[in-house]
Amino acid sequence: MPDALPERRITLTVNGKEHSAVTEDRYSLADFLRHGLGLTGTHLGCEHGVCGACTVLVDGEAVRGCLMLAVQAEGRQVTTIEGLAGDDGTLSPLQAAFMDNHGLQCGFCTPGILTTLTAYLRDNPDADEPELREALSGNICRCTGYDTIVRAALAAADAMRKGATA
Amino acid sequence: MKPAPFTYHRAESLAEAAEMAATLDNARLLSGGQSLMAMMNLRYVAVDHLIDLNPVAEIAGITIGSGRVTLGAMTRQRTVLEDAALATCCPILREALGFVGHVQTRNRGTVGGSLAHLDPAAELPGMAALLGAEITLTSQDGARRVAMADYPLGYMTPDINEGEILTTLSFDAWPSAHGWDFREFAQRHGDFAMAGVGSLITLDTDGRIDRAAVVLIGVDDGPVRPTDVEAMMIGETPSDALFRAAGALIAERPMAGDALVTEAYRQHLAGVLLRRSLANACVRASESAHA
Repeated sequence: MPDALPERRITLTVNGKEHSAVTEDRYSLADFLRHGLGLTGTHLGCEHGVCGACTVLVDGEAVRGCLMLAVQAEGRQVTTIEGLAGDDGTLSPLQAAFMDNHGLQCGFCTPGILTTLTAYLRDNPDADEPELREALSGNICRCTGYDTIVRAALAAADAMRKGATA
Repeated sequence: MKPAPFTYHRAESLAEAAEMAATLDNARLLSGGQSLMAMMNLRYVAVDHLIDLNPVAEIAGITIGSGRVTLGAMTRQRTVLEDAALATCCPILREALGFVGHVQTRNRGTVGGSLAHLDPAAELPGMAALLGAEITLTSQDGARRVAMADYPLGYMTPDINEGEILTTLSFDAWPSAHGWDFREFAQRHGDFAMAGVGSLITLDTDGRIDRAAVVLIGVDDGPVRPTDVEAMMIGETPSDALFRAAGALIAERPMAGDALVTEAYRQHLAGVLLRRSLANACVRASESAHA
């Protein structure tokens, strides 16, 4: 093993703001966001791609933050849970719907669910319940039993179709 | 939980990746990372060098010409799932790819990565076997082609030599009038299938089956083409009795058993899935013949 662990400087945009920071080669994107940039809203559950808690958007698409290396995010646009609300703190329609419909209990899985659904509802604004349940199949929640999450997602889709914006 | 330390190498071209693969010791190729990164996080796999193929655009993309389909190894699973031309000429791919993980993993996961990982329950190797595909492996010494039938050497052991990079998967599309079906059974959508079945069927002008291909996944070390089932379909008129006989035949085949799924349960599942899959593929074959 080398004396110093391999590392390099990367530049990327996170939630609209450009960051340049040094990361170990082996750091996952999720670890880099948390430890390198202090954005601890992205949660790590299983760290092998199953639970979905670490889901972030890279160039607008939902990916597992634990299965992508930070060095692979060089030059990319990353959106985390911290980037979903408006600059003045106004919740996005999706976030508001989760609050209104009790779409979370402990909240650990919520960042991954909100990032996943942000991309999904953007691409599928007319999604119905079976489609939303399948879209959520990559996010594990151990509190809610999913019903309130699905209800919140349907309410958010409805609100966005009626013109609500972030 | 972090991977053991390694040095990351960004390959900008296939030639550069091949040179790295030939010269770096204890190196692994990184494609979508949806299996390899998980194994590295768990330290099942520890490497000194990781060669990232993601920037290598020349091995990504879908080409369809003269009935031949070529998928670049770095084509994302989501791209295969959503490609309109592919859905027209090979509709079974869309049906099967919908079962590959979840949207978050399909956004990163690749065709080549799935073929190189070669999980016994994986849908993409199953599709490659069903379509009689050919795999191209490229190294500094040139390209080598391997038939999918010969490619699995054992449990999660593909025929890839040191220094070789899986670059394409290619196969002949079926005639436009054909029937298809893919289905599987898993505890949760996107989980590893306990068993899965894919079927392709064509009918002659009298409505009899004149070509049949079947694949099973998740039941053995790699994808299985049951030639006995395929042979018994030829010349037959589709019927419930025929599909039941095929299901009964497959349920007698020795299969893997594990702590969660006994061999008997897997055989039962495979038999039911095969019966339903053949029935639906024949319905679709009939519909497409009269379209």
